[in-house]
Amino acid sequence: MNKPTLTVSSSPHLHAKADTASIMWSVSLALAPASLWGVYVFGFRSLLVLGVSILTALLSEYLLGKLYKEYTLWDGSAFLTGLLVGMNMSPSVPLFIPFLASVFAIFVAKWVFGGLGANWANPALAGRVFVFFSFTTPMSSYVAPRTLASALPDALASATPLSLSKTAVSGGTLGFDGSSLLSSMGYPATDLAQNLSAMTGISAFTIDTFLGNVAGCIGEVSALALLIGGLYLLARKIITWHIPVTYLLSTAILSWIFGGIPSGLGMFGGSFLSSIFSGGLMLGAIFMATDYVTSPISHKGQIVFALGCGFFTFLFRYFGSMPEAVSVSILLMNIFTPMIDRYIIPRKFGDTRAFRKKQKEARA
Amino acid sequence: MQRIPTFSKGGVHPDDRKVYSRSAAIERLPMPSELIVALSQHLGAPAKALKAKGDTVMKGEKIGEASGFISSDVHSPVSGSIKEIRKVTLANSVQCDAFVIVPDEVQPADPEETVDWQSLDGSELLSSIKDMGIVGMGGATFPAHVKFSIPKDKKVDSFVVNGVECEPYLTADYRIMLEKGEQALEGAMIVAKIVKAERVIVGVEMNKPDCIDHLKEIVKEKGYPIEIVGLKMKYPQGDEKQLLKAILNREIPSGKLPLDVGAVVSNIGTCNAIYEAIVLKKSLYERVISVTGECIANPKNVLAPVGTKMSDLLDFCGGFSKEPEKLISGGPMMGFSFFDTETPMTKGSSGLLALGAQKKYRSTACLNCGRCVAACPIALMPAKLYRYISNGEYEEAMNTSLMDCKECGCCAYVCPAHLPLVHTMKTGKKLGRKKK
Repeated sequence: MNKPTLTVSSSPHLHAKADTASIMWSVSLALAPASLWGVYVFGFRSLLVLGVSILTALLSEYLLGKLYKEYTLWDGSAFLTGLLVGMNMSPSVPLFIPFLASVFAIFVAKWVFGGLGANWANPALAGRVFVFFSFTTPMSSYVAPRTLASALPDALASATPLSLSKTAVSGGTLGFDGSSLLSSMGYPATDLAQNLSAMTGISAFTIDTFLGNVAGCIGEVSALALLIGGLYLLARKIITWHIPVTYLLSTAILSWIFGGIPSGLGMFGGSFLSSIFSGGLMLGAIFMATDYVTSPISHKGQIVFALGCGFFTFLFRYFGSMPEAVSVSILLMNIFTPMIDRYIIPRKFGDTRAFRKKQKEARA
Repeated sequence: MQRIPTFSKGGVHPDDRKVYSRSAAIERLPMPSELIVALSQHLGAPAKALKAKGDTVMKGEKIGEASGFISSDVHSPVSGSIKEIRKVTLANSVQCDAFVIVPDEVQPADPEETVDWQSLDGSELLSSIKDMGIVGMGGATFPAHVKFSIPKDKKVDSFVVNGVECEPYLTADYRIMLEKGEQALEGAMIVAKIVKAERVIVGVEMNKPDCIDHLKEIVKEKGYPIEIVGLKMKYPQGDEKQLLKAILNREIPSGKLPLDVGAVVSNIGTCNAIYEAIVLKKSLYERVISVTGECIANPKNVLAPVGTKMSDLLDFCGGFSKEPEKLISGGPMMGFSFFDTETPMTKGSSGLLALGAQKKYRSTACLNCGRCVAACPIALMPAKLYRYISNGEYEEAMNTSLMDCKECGCCAYVCPAHLPLVHTMKTGKKLGRKKK
């Protein structure tokens, strides 16, 4: 018998198929519907923004990889960060903004803390928050989506529906819920949404936010497209339900109970559905809060983390002064992640209540 | 619909890959030209050699004597002469002395008389189990007589027989259940008598429906008070902690034994060995081993004497059909890879696998994805332990329940960063113990 060359290694000798790169590229794939929708409704300009942010992220990763002699370009995480940065930009931003955001994301948020796996903050969100607070005006001027272009006056298109209603409420327009407030201001709805609204009784504005016919960041407008991506990730078992479901539900329930207070509608006056569909919540809950590195490791910890995100998002949305609820809440909870991982640990097998009681008795 | 039982926490679902050898009936290996019978084929202290170089031995004769409380006797599988006593390294890296035995041309036939075990009492049965050198044959090789000696203050209500065989590839227990089911179940009744268990339950995973049916038939025919339970497939269900959770919904606390929750668990192959030991008066000197994997020309389930060299098993199965990357003793999840085909098999060798080249992955940094935490059947945090151990914080790791890790491999199996988690746990345990 010929002698084969044998490998000796520790068990296990079988391995599940997934690896870091396949996960990262799958998440990017899951973001494709939402990015494609963004490019469709906001036009070529948004493609340029995405391109700049992705290329900058890749270039930064490449340079840092050269510097540290760690070749991590093809694990897909830099591409994903760049894509998320671009999706979090208004389609009309000057191109130096996505450039700076990606540089900040990769250099400062990711590599300064040790690269993949060691960063405490979600790099894409850190990049976005950095440019948002540095260049607030261009970052919060938006354009009308193609589907509403003729009907949406520039004055309304330049802001997201969330910031419009916020401005109106703080300006003293009380007594309306989110969608009726916007329709009273003349915010248009697509024909499709109006037809669906007649059929379901849900307001046409809520349906438009669900479909993605509103002004907003490139990747955040269509809740539907993001949900499709999210379902894909759930089916591929790349994410679990714990963070997105808990996050969305906690924000929605808090918004429904208390969200009506600032606009004078009292308790239980907030809107449940439109709070989920509007703003960056869907993008944040499915793709940003679920970032492995910056979210807790155990399912129990993830639920606590998502509850925190939900609470802060609700708080900042209805009582804060900036239209920057989702990204700041997630970053805030990122800070708590190490603490959650330290104190919320799974119940060890065999550590049952009966056993604990017995041990206590034995000690006494 | 009735819920199919399984354990609740963690676990993984590797392909079962039993197709290679599942339909191959047990075949007896032709007598090898030389056997290497190791003195440490069990958990605990190695046996003390009773023979010297040049001595002749009889088939079934005791050649090594248990040398401590947790230890076991070793018997000669053949009649022959001892060529030498030399140091060997077993597949699991244990080094010990071994007899090199050259078998005689003519071997005595197996005795045909049978013993009526019903007339013996528990302690008599237990002492013959000890004399016959029975150990757990699932892989852990814990001496059976120690496991079945129930302390006065403990009470056992259930005896659980492990017919799960959750490791991929392996089919030895499967074939034993199909071909020697009567013997194995009678062996289970013997154990039930020794440990005074009221219930006897056999757990079998649902990928072996023919075994479940076959065992149920035997139970009906013989009127044994044995329950046969089908379990949902999940690795590591064959671990006694997971098995008891699945069947009795009892959790064994950290550092405790099945005894502490009123149960005894034993492998179906061990039950068969106990039947042979008690009824046929045959000491444990041969066992069924699955020789399988993509690279074996004719995968088989082989009844081979303990001490058979892996090369003899490979030759019997037609050698390699393609060049293997790894040879593994045991299953692919917890088995040991080894490089020397002259390595002998032991009482605990349930499989000899020849696996082909697998896709190579590069390790990346830990992503904190939590898959290891979700997969750990005892709900540890492997990623955290990995960090502590790689940073040299062994004490921290020990305080984070490192010692509860049983190296089942679920964490490393799912890790997308392809970190050597099990390897690190093993290292951490060794160094952590040393530091203490």
